[in-house]
Amino acid sequence: MKPRVVLVTGVSRYLGTRLAATLAADPSIERVIGVDTVAPRPEALTALGRTEFVRADIRNPLIAKVIAQAEVDTVVHMNVIATPLGAGGRTAMKEINVIGTMQLLAACQKAPSMRKLVVKSTTAVYGSSPRDPALFTEDSEPKSLPKSGYAKDAVEVEGYVRGFGRRRPDVIMSLLRFTNFIGPVIETPLTRYLSLPVVPTVLGFDPRLQLCHEDDGIEVLRRCTLEDHPGIFNVGGEGVLLLSQAIRRVGRVSVSVPSPLVTLVGQAFRRAGLVDFSPEQMRYLEHGRVADVHRLHQELGWAPRTTADAMKAFTDRAPRLLNPETVAAAEQRVLSIASRGRHRSEPARV
Amino acid sequence: MSEARVIPLRGGGAAAARQDAPPPTEPVAEPSAWEQKLAGGLAFLRRRITGDYEIDDFGFDKDLTEHVIMPPLRPLYDKWFRVETRGLDNVPDTGGALIVANHSGTIPVDALMTTLALHDHHPAHRCLRLLGADLVFTMPLIAPLARKGGNTLACNADAERLLSDDELVGVFPEGFKGIGKPFSERYKLQRFGRGGFVSAALRTGKPIIPVSIVGAEEIFPLIGNSKSLARLLNLPYVPITPTFPLLGPLGLIPLPSKWIIEFGEPIETAHLGGPAAAEDPMLVFNLTDQVRETIQSTLYTLLMQRRSVFF
Repeated sequence: MKPRVVLVTGVSRYLGTRLAATLAADPSIERVIGVDTVAPRPEALTALGRTEFVRADIRNPLIAKVIAQAEVDTVVHMNVIATPLGAGGRTAMKEINVIGTMQLLAACQKAPSMRKLVVKSTTAVYGSSPRDPALFTEDSEPKSLPKSGYAKDAVEVEGYVRGFGRRRPDVIMSLLRFTNFIGPVIETPLTRYLSLPVVPTVLGFDPRLQLCHEDDGIEVLRRCTLEDHPGIFNVGGEGVLLLSQAIRRVGRVSVSVPSPLVTLVGQAFRRAGLVDFSPEQMRYLEHGRVADVHRLHQELGWAPRTTADAMKAFTDRAPRLLNPETVAAAEQRVLSIASRGRHRSEPARV
Repeated sequence: MSEARVIPLRGGGAAAARQDAPPPTEPVAEPSAWEQKLAGGLAFLRRRITGDYEIDDFGFDKDLTEHVIMPPLRPLYDKWFRVETRGLDNVPDTGGALIVANHSGTIPVDALMTTLALHDHHPAHRCLRLLGADLVFTMPLIAPLARKGGNTLACNADAERLLSDDELVGVFPEGFKGIGKPFSERYKLQRFGRGGFVSAALRTGKPIIPVSIVGAEEIFPLIGNSKSLARLLNLPYVPITPTFPLLGPLGLIPLPSKWIIEFGEPIETAHLGGPAAAEDPMLVFNLTDQVRETIQSTLYTLLMQRRSVFF
């Protein structure tokens, strides 16, 4: 069943704006309502088109009124924040993530018009440890649950979402666990990290990364909003890149930091406002995390770009310090010098 | 190493380009072997510097394994241990199979040699994907190297995923009990875990190939175990051998024992009933025992045939 009135939370942030804009461009949807605590950036207003903006905090009961009055039938919850700096500190972030979700779900539970709930979650809920299988499936029971930060919030949010599912079994629920976003425009702790001229890594570890192209993330959210895809899905590209390999592909230099110093270095980077990396993301830099994304591919009959292709979209945007062409040219030069050395009498071949 | 082996480099730009180019008019234009090697090495370097290589979901870096990890192991395989393989034709050219072997030698050199045997001497040059203990993947430096070499954590999820992907999976069910056992108990198989490897094979319907390795027991004869130090370092054992730690780093040189690796007849599991059979503990125990007995009796036969430890 096609949605009539869609409510998107977290609309003022990059992905929220993009999804709302995509939905607003679809004439079959009657109304698109965006909710956020801050107004969308002025440059996003044209893209948002006919999206109605409600400046509300999902932590207060006003959200229930909006849902009831507008007879919202589909809610896309994208307001689980990963970066404490952007949210005004860890306490505020936790409140927005956990209390906000509780309020939103309470409002949804009371609304008779509710048909569908789409939640943007993260594969960070699986944690990151050396004792877990190489790939997490949607049913995996991770060995060590995340103990802090965004990942812990996401675990709690998923708990409330499951509770909502039990109380409103008539509502179709898609719980989407996204891998790290990357792409030509999006700004995340990972993209900022990979844009550093010298990238610090943890000495003796080389985690596997799995990436999701920003456009594909929007496409999956759009499809789950318009079509019915109930269930839990890992969302991301197939294949993996090692962190060292990713750093080489963006043409950066990495510096290994011994693990006792990693927390210190991380804090220094946060204070300097370079990268907002939280402790659980530090763990990710040791052990990485890869999810099995086949369930979503089968459900949608469509596959997002692979991790390598998503990475390419990112490398094309960042100016590389070391170009593959330069390296190839150097290789050719050495070869030609070698062959010239052998045929001194002949003209040089290149 | 007296003579360097010529290793064909995958995607070696120079070699491929030469085939496409029109035949050279002057014979002198043909690059020498030395130049080809240089071109191959440079192409490898370029791939590494620009990150232009493939990694599978488990973190297996085939490019690195074939060009960096394996070459230094070859002299050890050919000259030092003079490894002799038997029954390599029992290993299928394609499709998944579970290699089950005895574990010994204080440090897992037997795992490296078995991997090399299958890669270099099997007609299909198969890559063995070993299942390693948790400890391996928690250790800095070792953990990423283990993954790049194609190994993954010993758990049913990974074993079944690899087997269903038609990979050759290797497992040492004795684990630390086998590799860290005293020299006096050499060639006596320890407990074979809980039969997790058998249920993985049953669930995927892939054959089990019992492998018996003779020679690895003698490389570092374990005559003592510093238990208190092991507890302190959180390790399963800290070995004391006749040369280690007495001779310091020299004690890390393995004794040059003569090795035989025998690949036994495959034990088919496809006809046993698939996933349902894995739920039958009696069947799993019996199969585990059958594999264990096969390896144990083959070990005794091989030991009878061996003239001495070193020849």
